[in-house]
Amino acid sequence: MIDKIVQTMAEAMAGVPDGAVVLIGGFGSIGQPNALIDGLIEQGAKDLTVVSNNVGVGRVGLARLLDTGRVRKIMCSYPRTVDPVVFEELYRAGRIELEVLPQGTMAERMRAAGAGIPAFFTPTAVGTRLGAGKEQREFNGRTYLLEHALPGDVALIEAWEGDRWGNLTYRSSARNFNPVMAMAAKLTIAQAQHIVELGTLDPEKVGTPGIYVNRVVHVPYGDPVVT
Amino acid sequence: MNDKTMSGQKIAEAAPSYKPWTRREMAARAAADIPEGFYVNLGIGIPVMVADYIPADREVIVHSENGILGMGPAPAPDKIDRWLINASKNYVTLVTGGSYMHHADSFALIRGGHLDLCVLGAFQVAENGDLANWATSDNDTTPAVGGAMDLAAGARQVWVLMEHTTKSGDSRLVRRCTYPLTAPGVVKRVYTNLAVLDVTQEGFVVRDTVPGMTLDALRTVTDAPLRQ
Repeated sequence: MIDKIVQTMAEAMAGVPDGAVVLIGGFGSIGQPNALIDGLIEQGAKDLTVVSNNVGVGRVGLARLLDTGRVRKIMCSYPRTVDPVVFEELYRAGRIELEVLPQGTMAERMRAAGAGIPAFFTPTAVGTRLGAGKEQREFNGRTYLLEHALPGDVALIEAWEGDRWGNLTYRSSARNFNPVMAMAAKLTIAQAQHIVELGTLDPEKVGTPGIYVNRVVHVPYGDPVVT
Repeated sequence: MNDKTMSGQKIAEAAPSYKPWTRREMAARAAADIPEGFYVNLGIGIPVMVADYIPADREVIVHSENGILGMGPAPAPDKIDRWLINASKNYVTLVTGGSYMHHADSFALIRGGHLDLCVLGAFQVAENGDLANWATSDNDTTPAVGGAMDLAAGARQVWVLMEHTTKSGDSRLVRRCTYPLTAPGVVKRVYTNLAVLDVTQEGFVVRDTVPGMTLDALRTVTDAPLRQ
């Protein structure tokens, strides 16, 4: 019997290696798997590269992970949020590397990784500093640049419901990066507000089919707070 | 004509008297020009206010790059859905007929040329349509691009809503951008607090100005040639 539900955070985080590329879902604090991030901190993996849209707010969630000093590099589209205190301290002190990517390029690079596409051409960032030095090619009279797939070793994602096969649903704008990150990593770990019996999820509403998911942890915490 | 009007006219001759549009008036001015049936993305800052001024009898569908197609206005304080935020990370609503998608799909519709229009804020717009709206210098410590480059490169049309000058009085309309580019040659129209301008093959063409503004007065605060 397939059962991807794990009972403890220690089981959920087992085997995350030092040096891992960790994809972390969420857009700001919505859809950000804070319980899994806390679990990763507890587990202790270090020298990490984190891929996430933002850099954390205050001293919780992603910001708390950065605060441990275990993140070598962060790849994101928008390192300016309401209160990115931890990131800014580390960045000013030269203790974290930052790579800024266009948000759509970041999403597509992960989608490509999950879909078996090693690289693709995009019009985004042509003629800009973020596109400088990248291979260019013209198609139908327009210039595009080459972007490579961005696979993760681990993805930490947040879902609304999950079942033992790892099928997941999402809730409104908390979907964001979670489904593409689930596709792109070798080990995908999901936290879900609700664990449901196999067969109760409406197949039409499954946002991530279980094939992309390795472990599901039940983390009921209610509503997120935008900070 | 009484003395009062006479003296008022004298002042007007000495220095053109005009009142800049407020940010809300700029948003309303742009909203009036969006046709029915358009799919639009509204950037962070003044552009998001455009949604508040689209006439109620006109169906315009607003996209938010964090995965919302059919975004509605801010909710009443007692009707907040804590899972539903826009790209500025403020609570919003979903209109009847709206839908959600994940980030790769959200940017596929951007990059794929499916949006009729994107309205963005900017630091500078050049007369050739170059857009600079994400970093203020090459050594900007933490430049934050977000979805700006994807939107600028992908939407069928890009309009900009921005103040005409910086706080220190420098023109944001320029011959060539000095700030790092977001995308080259993409801006088609600019709404400032002083004027509405089209970006054409021949450069900026003034389409409208605040009442009392003259072309000469506009030229004194604009660092690029203006045509009428």
